[in-house]
Amino acid sequence: MADLSINFAGIKAPNPFWLASAPPTNSGYQIMKAFEAGWGGAVWKTLGVPVVNVSSRYGSVDYRDTRMAGFNNIELITDRPLADNLKEIEEVKKYFPDHAVIASLMVESRAEWEQIIKDCENAGADGIELNFGCPHGMCERGMGSAVGQEPDVLKTIVEWVMEAANIPVITKLSPNISHIVDPGRASVEGGTDAISLVNTFKSIVGIDLDSYAPYPVVDGAGSNGGYCGPAVKPIALNMVKELAQDAITKDIPISGIGGIENWRDVVEYILLGCGSVQVCTAVMHYGFGIVREMEAGLVQFMEDKGYETIYDFKGKALPNVKEWKDLNLKHKVVAEIDGDKCIGCELCYISCEDGAHQAIGLSDDPDNRIPFIIEDNCVGCNLCSLVCPVEECITMVKRDDGTEHVTWAERTANNDIPTTFNDKRAGGLGHYVPEPSLALKNGKKK
Amino acid sequence: MAEYKRPESSEDFHKNFAQKKPLMNKTEAFYESSRCLFCYDAPCVTACPTGIDIPLFIKQIQTGNAEGAAKTIFDKNWFGNTCGKVCPTGVLCEGACVYNHQDVKPIDIGRLQNFATDQVIKSKKEIFKPGKDNGKKVAVIGAGPAGISCACELRTLGFSVDIFEAKDKPSGLAVHGTAPYKITNKEVLDEVEYLQDQLGFSINYGKAITTKEQLNDLEKDYDAIFIGVGLGPTAELDLPGVDKENVIGAVEFVEELRMTEHKVKVPDSVIVIGGGNTAMDAASETARMGANNVILAYRRSKEEMGGYDFEYDLARNAGAKGLFNVQPVEITGNGKATGVKFIKTESRNGKLEYIEGSEFTLDCDLVIKGTGQAKLVDFFSLIDGLEIDRSTRIVVNGESFQSGNPKYFAGGDAVNGGAEVVNGAYDGKQAALGIENWLNK
Repeated sequence: MADLSINFAGIKAPNPFWLASAPPTNSGYQIMKAFEAGWGGAVWKTLGVPVVNVSSRYGSVDYRDTRMAGFNNIELITDRPLADNLKEIEEVKKYFPDHAVIASLMVESRAEWEQIIKDCENAGADGIELNFGCPHGMCERGMGSAVGQEPDVLKTIVEWVMEAANIPVITKLSPNISHIVDPGRASVEGGTDAISLVNTFKSIVGIDLDSYAPYPVVDGAGSNGGYCGPAVKPIALNMVKELAQDAITKDIPISGIGGIENWRDVVEYILLGCGSVQVCTAVMHYGFGIVREMEAGLVQFMEDKGYETIYDFKGKALPNVKEWKDLNLKHKVVAEIDGDKCIGCELCYISCEDGAHQAIGLSDDPDNRIPFIIEDNCVGCNLCSLVCPVEECITMVKRDDGTEHVTWAERTANNDIPTTFNDKRAGGLGHYVPEPSLALKNGKKK
Repeated sequence: MAEYKRPESSEDFHKNFAQKKPLMNKTEAFYESSRCLFCYDAPCVTACPTGIDIPLFIKQIQTGNAEGAAKTIFDKNWFGNTCGKVCPTGVLCEGACVYNHQDVKPIDIGRLQNFATDQVIKSKKEIFKPGKDNGKKVAVIGAGPAGISCACELRTLGFSVDIFEAKDKPSGLAVHGTAPYKITNKEVLDEVEYLQDQLGFSINYGKAITTKEQLNDLEKDYDAIFIGVGLGPTAELDLPGVDKENVIGAVEFVEELRMTEHKVKVPDSVIVIGGGNTAMDAASETARMGANNVILAYRRSKEEMGGYDFEYDLARNAGAKGLFNVQPVEITGNGKATGVKFIKTESRNGKLEYIEGSEFTLDCDLVIKGTGQAKLVDFFSLIDGLEIDRSTRIVVNGESFQSGNPKYFAGGDAVNGGAEVVNGAYDGKQAALGIENWLNK
């Protein structure tokens, strides 16, 4: 049986599935329920000076019939008194001494940081997480992402915290910045024990077409929110990779956050170097029970691959995430259509025809709707296989024999790259492109 | 084995004839529309006789633009709502849906279509305007799907249009001849009213055109005439005893059923003669009216029936039994039919032959002739130059729907010999374009 337990920067948990600091961790009641459901840890809804919230707090990006493919919120940190939260932390730890309870914190002055850290330690928290990410509301008051976007300020606060804290400290980063490595390095230089990312992305999820206000609409107006959910996962994964590959931040434990909903998401974050993952939107959508699928899938994956602990495959994809210039230009794949499976929707045809390289043709026989690949034109871009609605109908097959390997970097070193506007070494030279006039319905040439 | 209780009230009747394609609610339409793949050169469009841009209207429903979806539908088919309900979608658009090739349930196109059209009809949302008056007048004979469609299209082109209808209701067989579980009278009539309110053509009810004088007047008063008269009553069977009192035509039976619902009295034992869709409708309907013993008798094999398989299944599921390779030779009884004498048949080299000595008689209280409708040959003979084919259908140009007499255009059942509402809708619209081309070229 796979051992899912982790030791994340000194914080121990029975598994890497943690709840992110958010509405699902607003109370001891919710967290106890989550732990019973199978979650290994929880980052408490951010504590600080309690706030006042607005009514109408969430907005959603629905894709066709999929609800909440993206999700945003304009809710602030906890609106409950600190004393109540601390009492509940203490109680949760009594019932679940082996689970990770981490207090997310956001305050302004050094004195406040020192006080609240002491309070949380006294309540029995296993660690603290510094919320430098919240991109709405709190940042207007100089906290949250206002700190996360200023590496110098961030570093100073981390230093204050590290002086005061006796339990592990996780610095949570805002993704609302051009180079995530900058605040990453600042937190490491400030002495943080770990990093978590990403917090939410500054967002407007949509505009109400009657009130002309952004969602969620609060009495005829709205504000930018913080965006999360499945839609942000690709951006978050890339940010995790940047920190996991950076010379200064690469050894710091990372807790991955962003669009995690199933075991595949979890495995991907771990493969890019995460030691734990945090989940919010999936729980807000489906409840705590969603962890059942994550756990079953992770265990299955580990057993199939022969891994005993998550450390056996943590970061395993990192060596394969390279710079473009180091990819093999001699690798060649082309699309192949399985005519027995094809249903004749011709989406591959039109997507290639209008959106790619005119490498798919249609039969002259109107009763034959199975398209064919024009292999000479196929650049192996994958588009057809991505739009195909049938499982395993279009596959990309390898055409090179694997003996050649040339990268852009090597060609550059060999002075073998296009350097002028009409250079004969251009990749597209000689590729078939139809005459422009053939695009016209009557096909007439002048 | 009657599964249906005899309906004693309108409520009972509608229970026995529950709609096969009930209206979708908003949630169902949302999920169903999201499944559409938006195929390139979509086969559903090709399969639709009117060529409705189905992927477009489904996408419009998906994006909360049901009104735009309705416009897309009516742009190609003026009977968009009726067709959504009565079209044999399983052999047209839905039968062509690519999902079928991977055993995935095809998109419920007919019901999505109704979801959109029903909304604008119910809200009386105006989405069409008549064209600028071009000073020309067209008479339309027959307010069936072909005639109404022709009138609608002509109005958008600026013609003034008067329809002459023999009956007291518009939409022809859509209201008089469709199985009640496919569409309600109200649904059919509301659609015509919706179109008429916006486009402003006149319908003169109870105005059958049957004489040369009437035609002469029309020719004098109008620039062009569209013939959308459909077919006549059930064709006479050349069969001894066919004139007995309880021997009726299927078309007439369906019409009476639609107009008087539960008040139609159907006896216990019914024999329906025929293998077409109307015969199957009659079998299905008598069973739903509480008849215990309904037999659908066809002279050829099951595979050779002209009706759709799904129509036969509907009749069977309602309790009717199929009897094949039986040729009626006499309707027995004294003044009143008490049975039908049959002889067994078989196909030999494609030729139907009787099996000697195989006669047998089945008892019944009602015989329904589902043997096709007669053509209105007498009417056709009044029009000079009208060309008629060997099956006594009006011959028209395939594109313009202009007849042998250039002033006359024709479409629908009178031209195709009896097809679906959707075919009539297509013909009428095309004929209007033909008239426009002829008069305004």
